[in-house]
Amino acid sequence: MSKLGQIGARLHRGEVSYDFIGHRKFWFSLSAVLVIVSLAGLFARGLALGIEFRGGVEYEANVKVTNSTVDDFTNTVKATNAKGLGDPVVTTINNQKVRVQTKPLDQTDIGRVRDAIGKEAGIPAEQVTSQQIGASWGKQIADKAVLALIVFLVLVFAVIWLYFREAKASAAAIIALVHDVTITVGVYALVGFDVTPATVIGVLTILGYSLYDTVVVYDKVRENTRGITGSNRFTYSDATNLAVNQTVVRSINTTVTALLPVGAILVVGTVVLGTGPLKDLSLALFVGIAIGAYSSIFIAPSLLAVFKEREPAMQALSKRVAAKKVQAAKAAAAPAEPATAGAPADAAARSVVQDAPRKADRATGSAPAASTRPMKAAAAGRPQPTRKPRSKRGK
Amino acid sequence: MATSTSRPGRSLITLLVVIVLLFGIMALTRTWKPKLGLDLRGGTTITLTAKTIDGTGKVTADQLNEAKNIIGQRVNGAGVAESDITTSGSNIINVAVPGATKESLVSQVGQTALLYFRIVYSAQSLAPAPTPTTTPKPGTTPTPSATPKPSTKVTPSATIKPTGTPKGRAWTSALGQATPTPTPKASTTPKPSTPPATPSTPAASTDPLKYTPDAATQARFAAFKCADKDKQSDDPKQPLFSCDKSGQNKYLLGPAIMAGTDLSDASAGIPQNGLQWQVNLKFTGPGGDKFLKATTAISQRGQGNNLFAIVLDGVTISTPSVDNPIPGGQAQITGTFTESDARDLANVLKYGSLPVKFEISSVDTVSPQLGGDQLSAGIWAGIAGLALVVIFCFLYYRGLGLVVVLSLLAAGLLTGSLVILLGKAIGFTLTLAGIAGLIVAVGITADSFIIYFERLRDEVREGRSLRSSVETGWARAKHTIIAADSISLLAAIVLYVLAIGSVRGFAFTLGLTTLIDLVVVFLFTKPVVTLLARTDFFGHGHKLSGLDPEHLGVERLPGQTKPSARPRRTPSSRKPVGGEV
Repeated sequence: MSKLGQIGARLHRGEVSYDFIGHRKFWFSLSAVLVIVSLAGLFARGLALGIEFRGGVEYEANVKVTNSTVDDFTNTVKATNAKGLGDPVVTTINNQKVRVQTKPLDQTDIGRVRDAIGKEAGIPAEQVTSQQIGASWGKQIADKAVLALIVFLVLVFAVIWLYFREAKASAAAIIALVHDVTITVGVYALVGFDVTPATVIGVLTILGYSLYDTVVVYDKVRENTRGITGSNRFTYSDATNLAVNQTVVRSINTTVTALLPVGAILVVGTVVLGTGPLKDLSLALFVGIAIGAYSSIFIAPSLLAVFKEREPAMQALSKRVAAKKVQAAKAAAAPAEPATAGAPADAAARSVVQDAPRKADRATGSAPAASTRPMKAAAAGRPQPTRKPRSKRGK
Repeated sequence: MATSTSRPGRSLITLLVVIVLLFGIMALTRTWKPKLGLDLRGGTTITLTAKTIDGTGKVTADQLNEAKNIIGQRVNGAGVAESDITTSGSNIINVAVPGATKESLVSQVGQTALLYFRIVYSAQSLAPAPTPTTTPKPGTTPTPSATPKPSTKVTPSATIKPTGTPKGRAWTSALGQATPTPTPKASTTPKPSTPPATPSTPAASTDPLKYTPDAATQARFAAFKCADKDKQSDDPKQPLFSCDKSGQNKYLLGPAIMAGTDLSDASAGIPQNGLQWQVNLKFTGPGGDKFLKATTAISQRGQGNNLFAIVLDGVTISTPSVDNPIPGGQAQITGTFTESDARDLANVLKYGSLPVKFEISSVDTVSPQLGGDQLSAGIWAGIAGLALVVIFCFLYYRGLGLVVVLSLLAAGLLTGSLVILLGKAIGFTLTLAGIAGLIVAVGITADSFIIYFERLRDEVREGRSLRSSVETGWARAKHTIIAADSISLLAAIVLYVLAIGSVRGFAFTLGLTTLIDLVVVFLFTKPVVTLLARTDFFGHGHKLSGLDPEHLGVERLPGQTKPSARPRRTPSSRKPVGGEV
């Protein structure tokens, strides 16, 4: 664990980093593929809608499951001759429960089928759990969920805009959000998990979670980019990349702590109860939180950077930084030691932080900006580590 | 939060006072258990969607409320104790009935409530002796009852407006639909012993005003008891045996002469220069015409027989008498009303003026056994989730894990007491989805700590002393925590407002715990960290504190004077640790 702490420290100082923004094309492509596969799965296979969306009656009874259980219950239910019974679907759960699903029935038939199931299972009819869903109820739930989704997106756009004073941040966050929801729904379509109202709650909750992560990363981005145009040390992308690196350990930790309780619900809900709202809810959350963490690291900040880099001020900044780096590379190359000078200009332009001098002592806490600092010819014409703590160096 | 920076003790005491106060209220009201939802203790939950009869137009809030009252009466009438009826959204009524229930309740609850005006042919008081001994003759004078209702009277409006232009077309077309159904439904014959004659043969006329009960109907009426009222359907084309709410008077009523849809408005009030409460009726255009025609017919029946009944759900609400034909589309019902009587009647009439039908959207019957299983599963999931988070925090943050445990404990105390007290105060019920919300919230609460702790470590890495990092790290982390929690809260509120069914419980607990998270982080976690930073163990970065230099990935803790040491070998001046780091 302490190794992770050290990695965290090095990430924070920018000694090690992953160039999230530089590799954005790869991650964007990956996401695009995932979204396309999800949409394809959704349209080709569709969602396995639970009885809550289809309408009908579902019974559950505790029973010792044997080989003949399914046939026995199918025959029992058919023998009631209830009107509009259709073909009852009988399944067993965890070897201790039987579940019977039928088409919508009228009230007296619901009671008769329940009595028959109770008799077959050898338990009083009151012990048979049933759920009866009207045909149009599922549509109502779906409509409300879509409405909730739209209202939430609009509100979130407004809140993020107000908080960061940046419509581009809102746009990037929303795109990442839609990405998360699409992939989560796609996973459901492809794997064929049952979609119930609990699943819908789960998906809607993911929205909050995914944004939570994104907001934390953006907060760091804002901190790193405050007054960025006043200097020519970093481009907006560089600062964003540093922010993602600095928050990546936190992102992983919050995702793990979010997944642990959700995983507990998933396991307990599946093992103890077999099916039901606990399992449906936690499954959706589990899938969604994982994807939300991915997007808040790889997608949302890169999108923000791409959007921001289009601003004239940021483009001008990029030019200045690039020029500076070329100049710095020349300055470093000039005193006859090109090999040790480190960075080729183009690589430096992409990522400042990667090129922090490796020779520098860990203890000195070399700053991310080390290689780009104006380099007055020092001892070897290379940037020299300063011995002051970072807080004293000023930022 | 200036106070928390300088005076951690004050925040902690504030929180302690709040917790003690909450538990004090619990002790005073003797509530120690949350109100459990039916999915956790067994019972039937019926979700009804209210719709206007013709399927178009919106159900108003008044109508929904009145519908709720009517369903409440039906459920109570079925003898179910502890039922809970709530409305949600603009058109949904939830009925929660604990324990095992019969399917008949579901169909009964889901009936369309319709208001009809019918002519009274016979009335009988059951108050002294519930079993009538003599068969009443047709046209028996209604026995005056102790209840004030029979003394009501419909009078023409004082402000008769001749707006009720006679629209004979609407009148006849409305009645033309009343095609005779000669054979009564099986359910309308409460006594199987009665000969299966066709008692209600509509005497060659489709006009309900010309209906007269035949002998067979009279005989069945004589045998009718109010307890049998569920065995017949409220068919507007058929005569009806009806009782009033108190069950002390029974009435033989003709086919419906008017429906609730003919009313446009009803209100209760005291007229100018008047003393008594009265109910004002307003009819629609065609309704006014029908009413004129009906009152003309009724008033001709002579004193004592000139009664009509206002019937809702097969129950006679009021039986006013009519002396004169009433034109003009307006009328008053006067009598010895108390204010609440008048308001009740007006509400019933208003509700009936645009009747609502109910669609059974979902019926969930959970056996007590499954309910118990779900409750214990939820509790186990909660314990497991909590334990995993605590273990993770100890592994990763070492000593700071203690702060996590204590903070989660404080959050747990607050959440638990609030859930219990809100159950008492506003009837908040804890459902399985609600428990899931609580468990998911453990993750959210832990997220806040992680934001703060990571920030704290970043500050140390940047070269600040531990004590100043506690403050500067907090100053930055709190903005992030507030922003992130606001988003969670927003999600919870949107889910709650646009909620259906079990979503509400989930959204409520999620929102509640997010708020509690904010309180705990501000009033507990931060002050505790401040206090701990003053201790040797944490303040000097003991190896197990989670703030040791190795753990933070720095050479040594900044701002600490180490007179003796080679920094690499002794991360802490107090507890030198041997060997390579």
